[in-house]
Amino acid sequence: MSVVATTPRFKDNVHEALHDQRLQGALLHARNFIGRRAAAVERLPEFDALRDSARAIKDHTLAHLDLYLQAYERKVTESGGRVHYARTAAEANAIVLGLCKERGAKAVTKGKSMISEEIGLNAALEAEGIEAIETDLGEYIIQLRGETPSHIIAPAIHVTKADVEADFRRVHRDLPATRDLSQPEQLLGEARGILRDKFLSADIGITGANFLVAETGTSIIVTNEGNGDLTQILPKVHVVVASLEKIVPTLADAAQLLRVLARSATGQDMSVYTTLSTGPRRPGDGDGPQEYHVVLLDNGRSAMLGSQFEDMLRCIRCGACMNHCPVYHAIGGHAYGWVYPGPMGAVLTPSLIGVAEGGQLPNASTFCGRCEAVCPMRIPLPKMMRHWREREFERHLSPATVRSGLGVWAFFATRPALYRLTTDLAMRAMHLAGRARGRFSWLPFAGGWTKYRDLTAPQGATFQSRWRARSGSVQ
Amino acid sequence: MSARDEILSAVRRSLHVTGDEAPRRAAVEARLALAPAGIVPRRGQGDAGERAATFKAEAERAQASLAEVAAAADIPAEIARFLRENNLAASLRMGEDARLGAMPWGATALEVSRGPSDGHDPNAVSVAFAAVAESGTLALVSGPDNPTTLNFLPDNHIVVVFADDLVGDYESVFVKLRAVYGVGAAPRTLNFITGPSRSADIEQTLLLGAHGPRRLHIVLVGAS
Repeated sequence: MSVVATTPRFKDNVHEALHDQRLQGALLHARNFIGRRAAAVERLPEFDALRDSARAIKDHTLAHLDLYLQAYERKVTESGGRVHYARTAAEANAIVLGLCKERGAKAVTKGKSMISEEIGLNAALEAEGIEAIETDLGEYIIQLRGETPSHIIAPAIHVTKADVEADFRRVHRDLPATRDLSQPEQLLGEARGILRDKFLSADIGITGANFLVAETGTSIIVTNEGNGDLTQILPKVHVVVASLEKIVPTLADAAQLLRVLARSATGQDMSVYTTLSTGPRRPGDGDGPQEYHVVLLDNGRSAMLGSQFEDMLRCIRCGACMNHCPVYHAIGGHAYGWVYPGPMGAVLTPSLIGVAEGGQLPNASTFCGRCEAVCPMRIPLPKMMRHWREREFERHLSPATVRSGLGVWAFFATRPALYRLTTDLAMRAMHLAGRARGRFSWLPFAGGWTKYRDLTAPQGATFQSRWRARSGSVQ
Repeated sequence: MSARDEILSAVRRSLHVTGDEAPRRAAVEARLALAPAGIVPRRGQGDAGERAATFKAEAERAQASLAEVAAAADIPAEIARFLRENNLAASLRMGEDARLGAMPWGATALEVSRGPSDGHDPNAVSVAFAAVAESGTLALVSGPDNPTTLNFLPDNHIVVVFADDLVGDYESVFVKLRAVYGVGAAPRTLNFITGPSRSADIEQTLLLGAHGPRRLHIVLVGAS
């Protein structure tokens, strides 16, 4: 793992995020995704049937992953490309670095790739003196700021327009200081001009892949800007970095997944550019890369197969779970402390960096279930967050107060008569104590709650006793 | 053990398989050979007239502009009109597609040049391999006929769609690919293009013309 996780200090990250007024303003934009997705889904009556189809395709592929990997590799080789295997992030970086050095590459352009974030590829390249240039507008902005993405499809969602202007003025020193950058169009135009030169002069282009197709040995990228395409058609060498679970059997299967991907992500029916690449330049081609390489990364995925986290390998990285997550809306992506934020990050991060480092994330959930409700791949995210909580508890990684609290609760919960008696007494006592104001602004052992909001006083009877009374009256 | 073999072993260990099980191999071979279609939305289906109507509506929804002409011979005049009315340069880059070559460019004032783009061409025209009604999407394949750089480097991209190449769904494009390139094969690049380039990376404000073309103009030939 090359990217240093701040996940172990998740609580501090959250505290900072909640008190960052600038961030809180920027995060309001994340909510725009909700209405766009809903409108796209509304327009496609087959959407839920497509979700079932998409889930079945990925489940079938994962159950036969060894065979599809072999079929995919055969086809890539047949079309003149080469597949490299990497067990770890370090191995993947070493392969890409080797390709760069063998070809004397000095500058590398990059399409947006979460796998390259996961392996920390930019840092690895730059440590060897190779300039890595992010070309997706959002990725370019955060690269200038020395930040990591805070969202898997909108990496700069935490950045305001004013921030971008300040960053461009700081970095683009060759341009006149008096230029007008007050409009977003002007910012985009400036980035377009600067990156155009980078595209044309890069030695190697690196992209990720949304899908790898076993039928034809094809890699697929999905973008709106066209930067991924310029990255892969202009330099002499195209390198794809992708993880094992991106494999799908056929082009027809990819079409099923594409129909749910853009709708779930940005609310488009199709992203502007869906590009299928198969091998290098062919006889007669006047453009396109002369070499085509795929670096296939495991980095913990093979161990997730057959485990209670296997469902997570269906994820197609649309971002719908974080777009609909009240916790993400409140704290943004950086607080999660590693590459993948939101509900999918809360499940994936402990799998990839370990429960000791990432175990706090599955606790950052209200279990409202919206993530699972909108997930195009029907991944049971809340259930898997519960699995992680159990593991964290089993491995004695939860704080002592949580453990002893749960111990006390378990003592009563496993003694129903005692539980009923105690809760009955407690509710009556709280009812009496809170009668005057109807709420508490302070309670023993509940400071974590009452510090930020009042607790409503109970009405006097427990749910169980009221249910018994109600059942009795019905019968 | 190589990284490759170790990864395959790890996958097999997790799946509790050896990789030699005949039913698993048969399932994979069958799926790769048959490539069954899944759920195909109704939206793109219908007869040729319905498909053309859906395609036009969906392409314009994706912010492409669209014009219809009766025959291939009308295309140069339509492209000249489009460039003139938008105050764009009267030059046009294209590949070696014989259908483009046969068109009467001499009847226009356009300066026509041929080959891939090096980034200095304001406008380019390509012929689509297919077009998909379902989402107003164009499918373009790489090669000397229609070089891929023409799809991305020029500011204005014009794409000719012949009505016979207009299909309902992506699956039909893949059927056509198999017919042209063979089973299990694909062109070097297949670009599905839905509208002009855009970005919403600055405060979620949608802006056209990110890195690719600012305008996408479709000329539909012989649909009505």
